[in-house]
Amino acid sequence: MPQINTYSAGPDENGHFGLYGGRFVAETLMPLILEVERAYTAAKADADFQRELDYYLRDYVGRPSPLYFAERMTKHFGGAKIYFKREELNHTGAHKINSCMGQILLAQRMGKKRIIAETGAGQHGVATATVCALFGLSCVIYMGQTDIERQAPNVFRMKLLGAELRPVTSGSATLKDAMNEALRDWVANVDSTYYLIGTAAGPHPYPAMVRDFQSVIGREVRAEMLEREGRLPDTLLACVGGGSNAIGLFHSFLDDASVRMIGVEAAGHGLDTGQHAASINGGRPGVLHGNRTYLLHDEDGQITEAHSISAGLDYPGIGPEHSWLNDIGRVEYAAITDREALDAFQLCSRLEGILPALEPAHALAHLGKIAGRLPRDHIIVINLCGRGDKDVFTAARALGVTL
Amino acid sequence: MSAQPSERRLARRFARLAAEGRAGLVTFVSAGDPDIDTSLALLKRLPGAGADIVELGMVFSDPMADGPAIQAAGKRALKAGITLKKTLDMVRAFRAADAETPLVLMGYYNPIYVYGNERFVRDARAAGADGVIVVDLPPEEDAELRPLATAQGLDFIRLATPTSDDARLPVILTGASGFIYYVSILGITGTRSAGADVVAGAVARLRRLTQLPIAVGFGIRTAPQAGAIAAVADAAVVGSALVERIAANLDADGRALPALVDDVTGFVSALAKAVRDARLPSRAAGVAE
Repeated sequence: MPQINTYSAGPDENGHFGLYGGRFVAETLMPLILEVERAYTAAKADADFQRELDYYLRDYVGRPSPLYFAERMTKHFGGAKIYFKREELNHTGAHKINSCMGQILLAQRMGKKRIIAETGAGQHGVATATVCALFGLSCVIYMGQTDIERQAPNVFRMKLLGAELRPVTSGSATLKDAMNEALRDWVANVDSTYYLIGTAAGPHPYPAMVRDFQSVIGREVRAEMLEREGRLPDTLLACVGGGSNAIGLFHSFLDDASVRMIGVEAAGHGLDTGQHAASINGGRPGVLHGNRTYLLHDEDGQITEAHSISAGLDYPGIGPEHSWLNDIGRVEYAAITDREALDAFQLCSRLEGILPALEPAHALAHLGKIAGRLPRDHIIVINLCGRGDKDVFTAARALGVTL
Repeated sequence: MSAQPSERRLARRFARLAAEGRAGLVTFVSAGDPDIDTSLALLKRLPGAGADIVELGMVFSDPMADGPAIQAAGKRALKAGITLKKTLDMVRAFRAADAETPLVLMGYYNPIYVYGNERFVRDARAAGADGVIVVDLPPEEDAELRPLATAQGLDFIRLATPTSDDARLPVILTGASGFIYYVSILGITGTRSAGADVVAGAVARLRRLTQLPIAVGFGIRTAPQAGAIAAVADAAVVGSALVERIAANLDADGRALPALVDDVTGFVSALAKAVRDARLPSRAAGVAE
């Protein structure tokens, strides 16, 4: 490996971020994975592709998303100055649409007419169904039965958008099993189908491609912060399941040594209970879903079930670039429990009039642990990557309220 | 331990099949399905029932290339307490009773990676395995396992598929050993079947590029299908259909019924007969239509 003088040049030509990443897929998929890589490389270098993407991001998604000074929350903690990157204001209510828009344009360049995707919380499923409706493409969404039950509003939204929803009952019936089924579908339909992966994980080139599409978040934050404060932020905070919103925020700042970055994993009922979704804080490297990365698995290499109150974080792995950034020490990874996230969910709603999704509520909870101890001239940007409307039923249940 | 191909069981077995003028039958079962004792009893009976090569599935919780039948088999085996170490114990017990039938381990990479690549190839070889197939370790990633395996005398069997075009095949064939496993369908195990004529064309294309024997699998469910494939390939692999036979011989609590081993081996005998008859002159004419 060449000497590292930048943190943002990865992966190498084989899709490796140090030990992590790669293309661990069945041979049937290899020619297609290589084709996706070629098509993406060509699109990235094509000014027309970028123009078209920029057009849809501006006029359809609603970018740039605002950088909002959370004054009441700042006063509440009495320390660092807190900004929200308002990704929850994007069309469909989360950051997921950024990558969906990029990938759907790519799929069309590749001549694919049928789109498949996996979804956990349903945000990626909704975003995928949305772009498929926009371009008139056939759309099949795989979703775990457990998630279908706890994300009813998103399930109905996907159906309204014309997607076919396929419930997955195998394994733990959550995101990892939905991803298994999507991969099985893809193997059987390689000629017609594009697999629109929802996070910065999976086989190369997906981790790098999804990151690139999500990096619009960090690029905007940099410009907005320079305009607002005349300098870079001191700390970036984002929740991490697969990690696409986090890598999207972090990537443009990786080489700015003054910027501290913290990814927040889901500690579920607690890291010591074994019921969590914290791959880095509670897992070890392994190989699943096309990449080597930190995973939750037992001593025999069997994948164990993740647990989080947040369906979007309920996954036993993490994007490979995060695994690498952890090992080299560039990004810190913390963990927040269900209870702490629920408290932050309520606090943000009351203080700022913003219902955050339970996913960024994990980042908000960690914010509460550090903000008060930091000086007032310390600037924190937190990625508010999704809105909480989809989570009101889950939150009500957890808080003992019957709707 | 020698790594010379001529001293390897797989090469010897395919040489013998060629001398007999017939294709081989390869059977797949998941280790530990439905429980470890029954699975071992079944494994030991497979060669006597007509299996020329046995494949033993190393169970993984997330088998991305497998259909419902093999997924369910893996679930049963995990519930029965199978591990990679116990799978290798089964190999050792099989080998103690059968010195000649080649045994190939097939599975996914994560359990091997967690076990430790060097330790795995050493222990697998010492237990008496002859080859290994790792479904999610394509040529681009297998440099961390393949050289270790072949250095131990363990054949590293690669998969070719209907998506393997002229640019892809040389990548697959370079460094492959044992045999080439041709996945005859686009899809997961036990879901579709390919026509023998289509398979014949694919096998012929492979033969122009490799001297290795070619086994065809995925989607062979019946004795006539096995016979049709045996007429055009060096071996026919049957997995899901066997595993479904196992599932059909369980009681309501998932325990093996007394007839399980006999029923599955009876099916294997029927498959073996079809494979052995496939190239008799009278049949060969029929298949060539």
